[in-house]
Amino acid sequence: MATTTGRSCLQYLLHLAQDHLDFRLPEIKALLALRGKPFQPSENFKEKCPFWCLDGLSEEDVRSIMARSVCTKSAFELWGHGQTHSELRTSLLKYPSENMSPFMHKDSTYRINVYTYNKTLIFEDRIKRIDALEYLPFEGTVSLKSPEHIFCLLEDYGTDPNNIPEQPFYVYFGRWDGQRELIRSHSVKNRHFIGNTSMDAGLSFIMANHAKVKENDVVFDPFVGTGSLLVACSQFKAYVCGTDIDYNIIHGKGRSSRKNQKWRGPDENIRANLRQYGTEKMYLDVMLSDASKPVWRDAALFDVIITDPTWSLTSPVSQAYHLSDIFTDLLNFSAHHLVIGGRLVYWLPIYRPEYCEEMVPLHPCLQLVSNCEQTLSSHTARRLITMEKIKEPEELDSLSHQADPRFSPYQGHNAFREKYFSGLNKRGGKEDNKSNINGE
Amino acid sequence: MKLLTHNMLTSHVKGVTKGYPLLIKATEVKMNEVEFNPQFVSRMIPKLEWSALVQAAEELGQRQDLPGELVSDYEKNEDFLKKVHRVLLEVEVIEGCLQCPESGREFPISRGIPNMLLNEDEV
Repeated sequence: MATTTGRSCLQYLLHLAQDHLDFRLPEIKALLALRGKPFQPSENFKEKCPFWCLDGLSEEDVRSIMARSVCTKSAFELWGHGQTHSELRTSLLKYPSENMSPFMHKDSTYRINVYTYNKTLIFEDRIKRIDALEYLPFEGTVSLKSPEHIFCLLEDYGTDPNNIPEQPFYVYFGRWDGQRELIRSHSVKNRHFIGNTSMDAGLSFIMANHAKVKENDVVFDPFVGTGSLLVACSQFKAYVCGTDIDYNIIHGKGRSSRKNQKWRGPDENIRANLRQYGTEKMYLDVMLSDASKPVWRDAALFDVIITDPTWSLTSPVSQAYHLSDIFTDLLNFSAHHLVIGGRLVYWLPIYRPEYCEEMVPLHPCLQLVSNCEQTLSSHTARRLITMEKIKEPEELDSLSHQADPRFSPYQGHNAFREKYFSGLNKRGGKEDNKSNINGE
Repeated sequence: MKLLTHNMLTSHVKGVTKGYPLLIKATEVKMNEVEFNPQFVSRMIPKLEWSALVQAAEELGQRQDLPGELVSDYEKNEDFLKKVHRVLLEVEVIEGCLQCPESGREFPISRGIPNMLLNEDEV
């Protein structure tokens, strides 16, 4: 390999997916934190832009990000960049040749891609762009089919499709260093057990990333449903457990949520779900339990608490559970049962016309890390809340809930529930949810 | 239900002050092989109530030679970690119940899944 010093601290370009915009920064920060690396964007960093330049990363850092990231499409070892092609050229000629040569020597094969964001180039223009890079010392042989190295020229034409400039705002050149592989193989359709609460696989992985789930963690989901979140966490080698109040869903009984299939099969349960993804060894247990009456002994048992209480609100068995209590209880529970530094990640449903940041519940032991919106309809959304436990609870902390209105988000009225669910389509209502909470 | 889970559970019946550990009355116990992960077992040991684990294994007739006291330097003792692994993750109660040591309330375990739900008058 080339110089070892130069290669441990390179600049990388991430190409981000332009959906789930809010979720990207917390995801990348969390994945960097798992590597013990700070988030160091280059100057001119714009969060909403599809391209991010990050400093101070090693190839291993980038590999580990790409192994888990949902929001990053590709990563490139950045060799040069600029506002114009001429600036790019100047920048590329300054890039140390010893960093380039291992990938350009005469025995290597390569290909150059041209990627344009917010503009489509005709074939001739792409060829012109590639020809213009002749000043780079390519010595290898071009192989379009199976090159050893792929280089990429990226042009950013902004994010406004109604106002595409003639010349790009910014251009980059780098060595392609991997794409996201994770979510393709985890389509919900492939899943054995599916219920009406099965989440988009990508969002489950985003949640697991925000939660900083890592190898040998113990992860708990108090509204486990069909276990989508546990499947995602088990893929990151965490041991998983969950509880739910719904007998049918825990035992995999009752009507099927799949089309063309009326009843769930005998082995459609959370454990079978994990088995299908090869992570049954990460399964601890699921139990029938009411999240408002925890069954765990008083100790910091969990590294991560990750959950979607939203759909449990539609279940008839939980109608009596006051909405604001769900979140107050969840935060209190997390303050007691998370390890220090452990994270709580959950969805908070909101009615958009009335939402303000003060509605996000707080707890003196939990620090808010991020708060990202996913819009569901013109009036409803849900917000992905990530909190980190910063201290052990004291006697006084439970009293702070009464004193500070911010600790009780919905001010004790349940009208929100009707507003929220009337704004959604009747997804939850379709499922026949006649639950028998005490078993057969 | 695995004994790791059992070790973390307590009775939550109203008025109970000493609800730990739950007694296990099993009618069906299964051994279910799980890949041995010494790092995970080492990580869990400090979180365990050791005597409750030993007692639970005893109740199920699965204690074998699991020592009554936690050994020192267990991280390096693979033989010991394997024994703990077996008891924590491989012994599973399939049918039976958990019983609150104070109130006597029983929580059924069916197809490996404990039902910890309480009736309204118990909370």
